Order: sequence, then C-alpha cells, then structure tokens
Amino acid sequence: MPILKVEDLTHVYSQGTPFEKVAIDHISTEIHAGEVLGIIGHTGSGKSTFIQHLNGLLKPTSGKVLFDGADIHATREATRDVRFQVGLVFQYPEYQLFEETVFKDIAFGPRNMGLSESEIGERVREAAYFADVPEALLESSPLELSGGQKRRVAIAGVIAMLPKVLILDEPTAGLDPAGRESILQRILDYRRETEGTVLLISHSMDDIARVATRLLVFDRGRIAMDGTPAQVFERAEQLKDMGLTVPAATEIALALRRRGIDIPESIYTINYLRKLLVSLGEGDAPC
Amino acid sequence: MSEPIIKIEQVSYTYREAKRPALQDVSLDIARGSFTALLGHNGSGKSTLAKCLNAILLPSSGRVLVEGMDTADERALLDIRRTVGMVFQNPDNQIVASVVEDDVAFAPENLGVPPAEIRRRVDEALRSVGMYDFRLHAPHLLSGGQKQRIAIAGVLAMQPQCIVLDEPTAMLDPIGRREVLATIETLRREKGITVVLITHHMEECIDADRLIVMSGGRVAMDGTPREVFSRVEELRAEGLTVPETTELLYGLRQSGFPLPLDALHVDECADAIAAILKKDR
Amino acid sequence: MLKDITLGQYFPGSTLIHRLDPRTKLVGLVCYIVALFLAKSYYSYAFMVLVLACLSALARIRPKTLFSGLKPLLFILLFTGVINLFYGSGEPLVQFWFFKITANGIRTAVFMVLRIMLLVCGTFLLTYTTSPLQLTDGLEKLFAPLKVIRFPVHELAMMMSIALRFIPTLIEETDKIMSAQKARGASFDTGKLTQRAKALIPLLVPLFVSAFRRADELATAMECRCYHAGEGRTRMKELHFSGRDAAALALCALMIAAVCALRHYGL
Repeated sequence: MPILKVEDLTHVYSQGTPFEKVAIDHISTEIHAGEVLGIIGHTGSGKSTFIQHLNGLLKPTSGKVLFDGADIHATREATRDVRFQVGLVFQYPEYQLFEETVFKDIAFGPRNMGLSESEIGERVREAAYFADVPEALLESSPLELSGGQKRRVAIAGVIAMLPKVLILDEPTAGLDPAGRESILQRILDYRRETEGTVLLISHSMDDIARVATRLLVFDRGRIAMDGTPAQVFERAEQLKDMGLTVPAATEIALALRRRGIDIPESIYTINYLRKLLVSLGEGDAPC
Repeated sequence: MSEPIIKIEQVSYTYREAKRPALQDVSLDIARGSFTALLGHNGSGKSTLAKCLNAILLPSSGRVLVEGMDTADERALLDIRRTVGMVFQNPDNQIVASVVEDDVAFAPENLGVPPAEIRRRVDEALRSVGMYDFRLHAPHLLSGGQKQRIAIAGVLAMQPQCIVLDEPTAMLDPIGRREVLATIETLRREKGITVVLITHHMEECIDADRLIVMSGGRVAMDGTPREVFSRVEELRAEGLTVPETTELLYGLRQSGFPLPLDALHVDECADAIAAILKKDR
Repeated sequence: MLKDITLGQYFPGSTLIHRLDPRTKLVGLVCYIVALFLAKSYYSYAFMVLVLACLSALARIRPKTLFSGLKPLLFILLFTGVINLFYGSGEPLVQFWFFKITANGIRTAVFMVLRIMLLVCGTFLLTYTTSPLQLTDGLEKLFAPLKVIRFPVHELAMMMSIALRFIPTLIEETDKIMSAQKARGASFDTGKLTQRAKALIPLLVPLFVSAFRRADELATAMECRCYHAGEGRTRMKELHFSGRDAAALALCALMIAAVCALRHYGL
C-alpha cells in the first residue's frame, strides 16, 4: 500500500470570485514508503499547492488524499494527526522561528503532539543531530544564528515530530554553495538512517538529480511527467519548453551527442558522465 | 585606458560589537564599463564591500573613491549615490510605492529632477528592463523576476554610471533569474554601464570580465573567470564550487585526459572533450 | 483567507471623479461629512442619499461594490439600530416586558444607521477613486502649512504611503507563517480565549522580526536611491487644481447650503 495516495485532486483558489484560479487540476498519484521524490515545475505550476494538501493544510476542492489508506479529512483528529505524520518544511523556514532558545523552538512541534518532557528532550536532540545543529547552540537564541544555522534549526523543528514523510520546499534556496551542500548531505543521511520517505521541491536540477529516486514534473496544475530521473531528463527539450532547465551534466551530454560522441541521453550527474567518458576514452585508446 | 570608476584603497571595516573585521586591507580598482563578478561564501565580506561602494558604510580605515569623490565626503553623498546604484537580494524590500511607475520615479524625485524629465527617465528605464507595459501595475502582484527588474529600473532612473547588484537572483526561480541576467547584460552592452555582480551561482560569473573571490574579508583570488575557475582545489578549500563544466574537465584530467580547465561554456567543454575522444580513435 | 480582505482598495479609472485633484476630493469628503451631521430630517437624508448615488454613478462604482465595504460593519450597524430603537422618548407604539418602541425611536434608529452607512460609503468612494499615492500627496499638500510649526508633514505622508504599500506583503507573510506553524501542530482557532491569545505568539514574533528586517532593508534601499527627507524633492505627477476642481468645490458648498436650508425650513 502506498504511504500517500492522491485521488483526482483539484484545488481552486478564491472559487466564485473574479480572482478564481485553478491551481491543481485532477491530479492522481501514489507515493511509496522509502522514495525520495523530486518535484519540479516553474513557479505557479501548482507544486506548492500540491504539497500543502499532503499534510492537510489545504482542503481539496474535489478529490481525496489518503495517508496509510485513510482519508486525511475524514475527521478533525485525523487532519490534525496527519500534520505530525507528514512533516512540511516551507520555503525560507528560518522566518518561522519564534522561541527564546533553539531548544524550545525545535520542541514546539513535539510539544503540540502532547509528548512528555523526557520524550521531547530526546526528540529535540535527535532532530538536532539529523539537521546538524550542534548541542552547544541549543541554549542560544535563534536570532543570534547565521542564515544557514537558522535554516537547519527550522528543519530540525519539523524532523523532531518524527514524521513518516518529510517534505521540503526549496530547502537550499538562497544559501551559499557550502550551505547548500551541507543541507543536501543531511537530507541524504536522514533518508539513509531513518529509511523515511522524502519529498523535495527544488528549482536546482543539479540538486534534484543528486538525491531523487523518482521525479514528478508539474506543468499548469497537472503532472506532466512521472518517472526516474533518467526517464525524465531524457526529455530535455520538453522540459525546456515548460520553462525548466536540465542538469548541467545532461546539457554537456547533449552537446557531446551533437558532436557525434555515442553516449546515452539519460545522463544527469557529472560523476556518471565522467565515468562514462573515462571508460569510453580507455576502451577506444590504442593498446 | 581611462581612469577607473571606483578606486578602493586599503579599506578595512569592522562592524560595531564584532570581534573580527569584515574587511581587511582591501585594494581594488573597478574599470569603467567592466563587468566584475564577486564570489565568496557567506561572511566573506562581499556584501560589506558592496555597501562601501556607495557610502552606505564608510570604511573604518582606508578610502573609497567614486569618480574621484571620497565616499567619506558628505557634500558629495548624493552625487556618489547617483553614480553607483545598488540592487539588493529581496525585491519586496526595495519597492516603496504601490504603483510600478511611481516606484521608478522615487529616486529622480529625491534628486529634485523636473517632472517632465522624471517622466522621460521613468519611461526609458522601464523600457530598458522590458517592464513598460506593466507601469500601472501593483508591484506585489508581479513575479519575483519582474519585481527585481522594477528595482533595477528604479536605480536606472538615477542614470548611474555603475550598478552594484548584491545577490539579485538568490530568491528567484530559473525564469526570473534568466530575466534578470538578460537585463543586466543589456545594460552593460547597450548603455555601457559598469556592473558589479555579487552571486553564489558560478554559472553567472562565466561571462564576467573579471572574477574576484573574497575570503575572510580579503581578496583571495582575482583574475578572469577562466583563470580563477582553473584553480579548482583553492576554490574548494574556500567552500566554493566550480561550474559543472570545470568540475567534469577536472575529473577527466585526474583520470589522465589532457584537457584544459578553462572551457567554461557547455559548447566549449563539449568541443574539448570531443576533440580528445576523436583523436584517440 | 486573509488575502481576500480589501482594505482601502483602489479601482483605477478615468472618470470625472477619478480625475479630480485629491485635495478637492479630501475637502469634498469633509464637506460631505459636515452635511451629513447637519441633516436632521427624512428629506435631508433623502437628499444625501441622492448625492452619494450621483457621485457613485459619476465614478462608475456599482452600488454592490460600494455596499460590499459595509459587510465588516454589519454588527455595528445592527447594534446601533437596535439600541436607538429602544431609547426613544414619547408615546410607545409597541410595548413588551420593559421594552418600548416609539415613533421617535424608529426615527433615530433609521437616521443613525443611515448616517453610518452614508459616512462609510462616502469614504470608500474616496479610496476607490484615488490611488494611495495621490491620497497621501493630497494630504501632504493640504497639511503643508503645518510645516511652519515643525509638524513632520512629509515624513507622515511618506510613512502612510509605505504602510499602504506593505499591507499586502505583510498579509501574505502572515498567511505563510500561519501555515508553517500549523504544519508544526499549532492551532489558531480552538481553545479558550487565553489559549488563543497565547497561540498567537508563534505568529506575532516572526511577523515582527520580519517586519523589522524589512524596514531595515527598505531604509537602506531608500538611502541608495538618494532619499534624504522632503528637502528639494520634486514629483513626477504634480497636483493640478483646475476649473473642474473649483466647480466641484462650489457644488460642495451648495450641498451644505441645501442641507442648511432644509433644516431652516424644518423639512
């Protein structure tokens, strides 16, 4: 059974007013436990609206979202419970920090779950470890931290609820390369150690290409493509038509193909391309 | 060559209550009409340096000369700020008015330009960023890229000689980023405006005339993008990356392919690799 | 959703009313309010309703749009009506328990409700037809004489226009922070009053922090664009007091005179 199932989901903003806008249009998909699902699409393609349905923040205009087979809007309790099961980290999450100390801020979610003090303490420490927030920072004020540290504290605040599904909306936006790298690495580690399900929205195709096991491409409120990174990036021209980019490795591979070098179309990481070219060079080299 | 438009002479700057200086003994000349890209990880001092260029911050020691005017000279303040315009990361926090054209008019109004001339400048500025058709729109309903172009138009209306952009694309999606970069390119080519671009995106630096890498408040590297990006190990040590093209070429070189490191564009890179592979055959 | 609130919304247009100088419109609004408070009879109220109807027709603002602004005031209107209904003096028309409704009571109730409605609709007519910038410009010019006593007229006008510019941005931000905290299990609409007040902390603290950050960045951006208070500033769109403004002001005077006359003859 899929952990999340989306059935014929439609969402219309400001229905019945002149500002009416169909944000997502009859979407159906299944998300399985353990997947790292990359979601791409340009601004306004409906991807942010989509993820806010998965933890019940938005109510479908029509259609259903099922978590572990049960409708998340069946009862008030079910809707509240799914918030903790499906953790959602918004874009620029550092702007939501409000407590006096980092510890208290990370504890906000677990406290809302009604856990005991000892359990809360345990979860805060665990989440801080996953998000790479040093112990020493737990008693300082969130306002004193650097941009990258704040971002990690905010992510820890969601991980502390120990959600079965972790959704991150543009977790690396606006960070410098080192900050980007550290957050991506933490997400990969988290996935490996908890075997949790991760959904990642990003405009950076290179980031997506590195971590995703499956991709959903949104275009004008619908899912335009659904497949492995290799299957999706193979359709480079179509992606470009949607106003999207492809990973740099795919670009270079395409340019090489145009120059008569025989390599597959489905290349999306520099590492893989390098290995391929090395074997190609060695194989053809005169002995 | 003509006199540089900005001269930075042994500038140091320490923020109040900070233990370490944000800038230490930085000396640079910015050539008229050039495109300079400024790289560095967070806290490397690049934003501080930018703010010293139009007297938002005054150096703790050393001096900055803009067209020969010392930024510490209060009488020259407005002349300095209208010569060196500045665009920041978050477009929302730079727009003052509720209508696009009123916002673009803000700077010339502050400078006491006559109304008819303001109108002319506003229309011209909006045309050069491709936002003339949106002149009567409300800024908060525009996309990030459009808002950032409005912010650029607002600076252009001062008719500056130089524009400093502090991570102008950091908060934009790929389409917005492309729009803003294309706009910057136009300004440089058509109006001959000197551009200083601060960024985290290596790809945005490829076409710069000069690339400066800041680290710990000092200039760590300074050269053309080809020269700087060839120093892969040093850049990595700074917590920076290189463009993916260089990344690949570097990796292939490690495996013994005699490839150059300075083929930054995708096509150049592909050409170099294709040539080697075909020669082997 | 918070985004649906229309606060001092402006509908661009080029009708006669739109083209009037904002100063004329502001003075006109004051005249209109004075006339409203002078009105004491069914005839004079009917006259004021006619004035408002003519103005909104001229501005091409549909009555529906005009009345939609009254929605948040529904409770106050009802409350005022009911209170006044029971507070009339004289011969009771209807009486039950200790409530009595008199002819006088009905009269005051109708007048009070009408007065508030006309007042609010008149003010909305101004904001619907005048852009925030024109409005603040008009206010700045009208209050310019106060500069003599060192009253910061320009600064206040600037603050007002920036506040108006940032309302939509901050509303959007509030929405975002609310969603983010809800995603961590916060609830803003359940529990007792004290709990609800406490639940606002996770919303208000980030909102204030962000507002200060925005203010700081905006101040720097304004400095970069050569802002240095009101000294020597020019405007792209200068205010022009024209013949039609004079005519409009004359009509305003006529309106007050008409209400006074109605009052004088006891109609």
